[in-house]
Amino acid sequence: MIGVMSYLVFFATTASILAIAVLGLNLQWGNTGLFNGGVVAFFGAGAYGTLILGGTSQEGHLGGFGVIYPLALLGGMAAAGLMAWIVGLLTLRLRHDYLAIATFGVAVAFENLMRNAEWLAGGAKGVRGFERPLRAALGDGFLYNILFFLVVLAILIATYLFLERLVASPFGRLLRAIREDEEAAQSLGKSPAKVRLTAFVTGSVILGLAGGLYGTFYAFVSPQDVLPTLTFQIWAMLIVGGAGNNRGAIFGAFLIWGAWTASGWALSRFAPIEAQLYTGSVQFVLIGSVIVGMLMWRPEGLLPERLVVSQRGSTPSNKQGE
Amino acid sequence: MPETVLEAHGVTAGYVPGLPILHDVSMGAQAGQITLIIGPNGAGKSTLIKAIAGLVPVGSGKITFESQDITGLATDQMSTRGISYVPQTDNIFRSLTIRQNLDLALRRAKSDAPARLAQLLEQFPALAAKQRDRAATLSGGQRQFLAIAMALATAPRLILMDEPSAGLSPKATQDVLEHARSLTEQGVAILLVEQNVNQALHLADHCFILAEGRNQIDGPAKDLLNDKVVGEIYLGGRRVQTT
Ligand SMILES: Nc1ncnc2c1ncn2[C@@H]1O[C@H](COP(=O)(O)OP(=O)(O)OP(=O)(O)O)[C@@H](O)[C@H]1O
Ligand SMILES: [Mg+2]
Repeated sequence: MIGVMSYLVFFATTASILAIAVLGLNLQWGNTGLFNGGVVAFFGAGAYGTLILGGTSQEGHLGGFGVIYPLALLGGMAAAGLMAWIVGLLTLRLRHDYLAIATFGVAVAFENLMRNAEWLAGGAKGVRGFERPLRAALGDGFLYNILFFLVVLAILIATYLFLERLVASPFGRLLRAIREDEEAAQSLGKSPAKVRLTAFVTGSVILGLAGGLYGTFYAFVSPQDVLPTLTFQIWAMLIVGGAGNNRGAIFGAFLIWGAWTASGWALSRFAPIEAQLYTGSVQFVLIGSVIVGMLMWRPEGLLPERLVVSQRGSTPSNKQGE
Repeated sequence: MPETVLEAHGVTAGYVPGLPILHDVSMGAQAGQITLIIGPNGAGKSTLIKAIAGLVPVGSGKITFESQDITGLATDQMSTRGISYVPQTDNIFRSLTIRQNLDLALRRAKSDAPARLAQLLEQFPALAAKQRDRAATLSGGQRQFLAIAMALATAPRLILMDEPSAGLSPKATQDVLEHARSLTEQGVAILLVEQNVNQALHLADHCFILAEGRNQIDGPAKDLLNDKVVGEIYLGGRRVQTT
């Protein structure tokens, strides 16, 4: 019983952390139309940043600053934001596809840097020496995990509420206006480049937050955690859940993470021995198929963006234009 | 003599470097007047307006507004200088409500935004009644009024209007043009591109004719209305003569 429970807590914690990341991507893509092809780099910057700042002193790589945990997490978020700011400054003025290419490149570079620069973050062996906060007081068991889950859940809810308010605010409207028609927005005196940069950095800080929590959960991060697979998973979650809809983003995270874990378990259990070696690859094909299928049959996602705004009582009449 | 607020001198501009659409175009617009730009399709009318609005790079020449050089100034800086631009198409945000469209336009106005909003709603009663509806549900004429209302939000001294009557019925066209006329009474300068040449010439003060990206003829609107050559070449002779 406790085994099932602790597995559920483990699952829900991971899914909630991923949901925070999907919310960050949703601000960028769903609300602003910015194609971030390197989600994992910003997630990774948060994870590495948090562990390097919050960890104990280590031989052979940077870190061991022993910063108190909340500050370490904020530092990880700042690292993700700073990276986004630099990438954004360089690419957001250019055509949209450049951002996709640039971010993808950044993610590849990030992974390679982490794999090779041992002095920085331990190279392939990863960042060691981080202790989960309050571990001494709470121990390592079920209690710790359930409390950690509750904290993550609270952060997920706070992020959701923050983004809902942001989208409903004048700034959120501006995001939508710019996505709809850039020239018209410009002629009203708005600077699309600045607004996009703000949205891109904010989304990346949220990705960094998710990464920081992820690193904290495992008390470890290595280049294996920042592979392109994660970018695709987070994208699949958003596309399936419904880009532009924050609830959809969270729903998609739980659904896809559930499907991912279940398919991994099913494959390892029922697939022929020879095929089990390729479990990872099969899962990859599955997630690709889900993205393609979704884009073909229900591109707006399971919970589509709600464009109807504060129209209590009156549904928009389908009047014909002139 | 009305004050000349906008001046373009020998402007060469185009979308692709080395491929100018406008060649050495010069023109001016006066406060309190409607300055009309007409010409055949593809003449470069929209390009001229976009070059003034900072949306098309200017290769050579100079554009000044109230004696300040605004050549190449970013579009989003124009509204702080007192210039509004109403694009030819897609000039409102369909997915937002009418009220949200106006709020967006009023963001710069800050403290006096509520007062200006009230003013605009008074000026456009059709919009006031539909504030909570999505802009996509507006009729063509109402859409243009919304676009104009948004352009007015920043209390501009120059409004660039690119074919505000495109796709409108003759009645709606007349309403829009007359509204433009009424705006000039407060001293606003309007630079207007129109296809309904005849109607527009009756309302405008001065008119420039462009063809193939070059200045052709210009003069007081009344004179051009009665000019036979102009009538035949650019306005489709008959229509002009019947009025
Ligand atoms: N975005 C663009 N990129 C490249 N060329 C363009 C672009 N927009 C317009 N042009 C070209 O510039 C020339 C002038 O176009 P413009 O839109 O200024 O004409 P116009 O006088 O406004 O015509 P209309 O009466 O049809 O609106 C045309 O040859 C057109 O093909
Ligand atoms: Mg045009």
